[in-house]
Amino acid sequence: MASRGATGRIAGPAGARHEGFLRYAGYRWLKIALIVSFVAILIYGFHNPQPRPNGGSWYGYTLGTIGALLILWLTMLGVRKRAMTSGSWSLKAWTSAHVYLGLSLVIIATLHTGFQFGWNIHTLAYVLMMLVILSGLYGIGAYASLPRALSDNRGEMTQMQMLESLRTLDRQLHDAAQPLDHRFAEMVRLSLDEDPFAGSFMTRLTGRYPRCGTRAAQAAIREVTGDRPALGGDPLEKVDMLLGRKEAALSRIRQHLRLKALLEVWLYVHVPLTFALLAALTAHIVAVFFYWG
Amino acid sequence: MAEGYRIAIVGSGPAGLSAAARAAELGITHLLLEKTDHLSDTIYKYQKGKHVMATPSQLVLRSDLAFDAGKREAVLGIWDEQTAAQGINVRLNAEVKAIAGMKGDFTLTLADGSEVRAEQIVMAIGTQGNPNLLRVPGGDLPHIQYQLDDPGEYVDEHITVIGSGDAGIENAVGLATDPAQRNSVTILNRSADFSRAKDANVKGLLAMRDSGRLAVMTETTPAKVEPGWLTLDTRDGEARIRCDRIIARMGSAPPRAFIEACGIEFTSADRAAYPKLSPAFETTAPGIYVIGALAGYPLIKHCMNQGYDVVEFINGNTGLKPADEPILEAKFNALPRRRPVDEWLDYLRANVEILNDLSPLQMREFMLDSDVRAYRIGETVFEKDDPGSSLFGIAMGSVEVSIPGRPGIRIGRGSIFGEVGLISGRRRGATIRASEDAILVEISRTAALRLMASNAAARRVVTRISTERQLLQMFGSGLTPEDLKEIVETAEVQTVKAGQAILNEGDEGLDIYVIRVGSMVVEKSIGGRPVFLSYLPAGSYIGEMALIDGGKRTATVRAAIKSEVIRLDGEAFRKVLDRKPDLFEKAKRDMAARQDLNAFVEAKKDSFSTVVDMYSSVANFLVENGIGEATDVLLIDENLCVGCDNCEKACADSHEGLSRLDREAGRTYAHLHVPTSCRHCEHPHCMADCPPNAIHRGPDGEVFIDDSCIGCGNCQRNCPYGVIRMDKAPPKKPSLLSWLLFGRGPGPGEPDKAWAYAHADHSIEKPKKAIKCDMCSGIEGGPACVRACPTGAAIRVSPERFLTVAKLEQGEA
Repeated sequence: MASRGATGRIAGPAGARHEGFLRYAGYRWLKIALIVSFVAILIYGFHNPQPRPNGGSWYGYTLGTIGALLILWLTMLGVRKRAMTSGSWSLKAWTSAHVYLGLSLVIIATLHTGFQFGWNIHTLAYVLMMLVILSGLYGIGAYASLPRALSDNRGEMTQMQMLESLRTLDRQLHDAAQPLDHRFAEMVRLSLDEDPFAGSFMTRLTGRYPRCGTRAAQAAIREVTGDRPALGGDPLEKVDMLLGRKEAALSRIRQHLRLKALLEVWLYVHVPLTFALLAALTAHIVAVFFYWG
Repeated sequence: MAEGYRIAIVGSGPAGLSAAARAAELGITHLLLEKTDHLSDTIYKYQKGKHVMATPSQLVLRSDLAFDAGKREAVLGIWDEQTAAQGINVRLNAEVKAIAGMKGDFTLTLADGSEVRAEQIVMAIGTQGNPNLLRVPGGDLPHIQYQLDDPGEYVDEHITVIGSGDAGIENAVGLATDPAQRNSVTILNRSADFSRAKDANVKGLLAMRDSGRLAVMTETTPAKVEPGWLTLDTRDGEARIRCDRIIARMGSAPPRAFIEACGIEFTSADRAAYPKLSPAFETTAPGIYVIGALAGYPLIKHCMNQGYDVVEFINGNTGLKPADEPILEAKFNALPRRRPVDEWLDYLRANVEILNDLSPLQMREFMLDSDVRAYRIGETVFEKDDPGSSLFGIAMGSVEVSIPGRPGIRIGRGSIFGEVGLISGRRRGATIRASEDAILVEISRTAALRLMASNAAARRVVTRISTERQLLQMFGSGLTPEDLKEIVETAEVQTVKAGQAILNEGDEGLDIYVIRVGSMVVEKSIGGRPVFLSYLPAGSYIGEMALIDGGKRTATVRAAIKSEVIRLDGEAFRKVLDRKPDLFEKAKRDMAARQDLNAFVEAKKDSFSTVVDMYSSVANFLVENGIGEATDVLLIDENLCVGCDNCEKACADSHEGLSRLDREAGRTYAHLHVPTSCRHCEHPHCMADCPPNAIHRGPDGEVFIDDSCIGCGNCQRNCPYGVIRMDKAPPKKPSLLSWLLFGRGPGPGEPDKAWAYAHADHSIEKPKKAIKCDMCSGIEGGPACVRACPTGAAIRVSPERFLTVAKLEQGEA
């Protein structure tokens, strides 16, 4: 069954016109963005300003104005997303246009520079813009590839249910550890006392928790029970089983949190950089008009 | 020593109390006799704090006593106060043992031996004072009780509730609700299921059992009671359980022997029968009147009005109009001719076939829920595809069903129309116009269902007419009711359980089935596996292929949800086909379309077996999740969903700050997720038991709850998909701009509980109300969840467009 991530249609009984944001309206915004870029390149080729192509020619100003307005409009997606007004708009259409028109900025803005770069505010604005676009590209990739994994991993459980199951396991572990002597009780405490999600930002993104208390506790207990036959009735066996289940539950939640983090992390680059870009863009425009006048 | 009164009123429930109040107001010498030591024993025996309802809401209360919905204590308090204030002559602890004498001179003998003389008697004793008793050894022990006032009174006890009607279930649940009371509660049920109780109550009980709060023993009866112990007869033999207290709620019956001893006849020998009454509530024993639950009216408002009316009648006010007279007058005012209400009621009753069997009183009540209108010739009653579920009766004139390109079908006086919407809950199938000046009665869906449930004759008429109509509408082709006479006579309505097959592939059989209620799925076995062919909503027919080509059944048809089908005799149908070549042509065309579908699946089965397989299993998954009874459902493609919850936020921001969907919860199959959100069922379970009748189907097919919700939670318990939540609206948030710029307020979406609490106005107590999806009705642009999805993962679909294998052709295949 062909299901191609964000670009694929819904699996199974296909609602005939159901499509993701990349495919929206038969790639309408991709086509528009390509035409705009192509026309911009074409004019650039025929336009021959002296001494060389730059942002100050009439064509340069035109591209600059288009680019600046486009950046402002692209920023408005954040408002559109949150303002639940009535009317027949669709955020999917906005996202689609945002993606393709945003990518067309690479052409428009680069042509606007006339390939003149330097250590100045103008190039800073350009670099910031390219970084915003790069982070956006990551976002498209993440949106296209991660939802499937997120769905597979959670297996119909909600985040609240996952955390609840963890709490239940902790309660059971606590009860099961009551008959144990001090040495083993301390081992179980390794698992019960830790914050299973503690760790750096990178821990969250990689999903690797090398100092996991549950794993350590299980390893310690396995060391003791490893060469004993499992006869049932040994409280350690029950603790061992519970630790195993807790670890499975933990790895699912950690994977869930990791995927959600990967789906969101780029926004923490994309959005602040956008504001930096807006600031640099303002400085760029003020500077240009200041020296012009 | 006997005292004499003009009216003796037996029983101080709402009916008797209201009668006494009227007598006191009119200055009639009267005596209100009450068996117990307090007024209104039935309501007194309600559980502490129980909400007393004032239904039917459209009925006007006419009584010298006040009554409004409220807590049991408040209702009783007001009555006690007003009884004293109005000088009602009450005698408590006065049980009437016998009535002798005749009109003008009755003698009532009380349990204590004293006698009361009265000219007229009003019996308002209800049925609750006569509970069915526990008749087993030890059944007279003091720890057996037949009522439960306050479940909070008992702690640390082993309590057994006997009887699984509503009263028993409410008691058992009440006793087990607070775990701090540490009661160990067991409820016994004689049979295997709880058929006598409201569905919501049963669900509540089973939920408590599943969480281990109480024990439910079915097919169990008590055998012997001993202090501290109870012996039971169970399916698997005798069992003995700890039991400190028995609460027996095994129903009640009219104290028939006593009433018959007074010379009053009943309408039939049936245990549930009521006494025969005149329009003025007089029984067959002149001078004795019966009102209230004993007269067959268990609702408090009815009882109180009857109390008022009966005293007026006795007092000689025979011209008294019922309390609802002005409402009915207003309904009839717009009609072209001026007639008194009673005449109109008789006119409608005599002329509309389904109303023929109603009593004058029932007719009155019925008209309160219904409307009557006059239409000029040519005027449109409703258009095809209009939403609407009401039933129309033709009292005068006739109407015409317009069918494009064909002469219309006339429906004459006495008949009904609109019944398809009533049964299937779908939009109107055709446009109806008045073909001459007409007077039509419009009966709301609930009133029509109530009528059909309580009146067997009406039910038969509706079933017959609707079967005939459904066939005429489906087959069209110039058929007349006469052509279908034989088919309709042999037609049989069958109930089909979910998952049960009505046709099996390869079977012989010629009968045709019409889906009346519910929906079906068509499957075909390919390579040993069932492949989902299509989804059939109500109003489709199946089985014509075998009849036409004489072969075996080519596919299996099973019910997606509990459904009703009309089985038509194949031979009778064939005769009609032979007589009507047009119909034969049409049937062959329909058949060709289905054969194409079969051929398509056959052709694809090798090259696209995985596609077809996948399609089948996804379709089955959706049907299992209630899509089979949905009319519009939110689905999420988890290949696209990034989990941003913007759908939930948009939902909350479009509806006073509360989200009506839970994106993450719900079932998923092959990355197709059915979130917890309303499916707008064809036959909404939530509508089944809504005391204020606040749940309706709106113009776009949406099922919504209006402002009259009382927050009882029945709909929430009745919804099999858990999509209704009970909550109160949070306070208004600061604007989006002030959040974006200054970080004020909680931002988009549903505010968290802490913020809502901190910013709520605590001086006004807002009640919790039922909240569910209304498909963003009235909001331009449509459902906010779909509009606000950034990736296009959220879609809304209706099942018949979504669930057809033909989509494979246009889709991936």
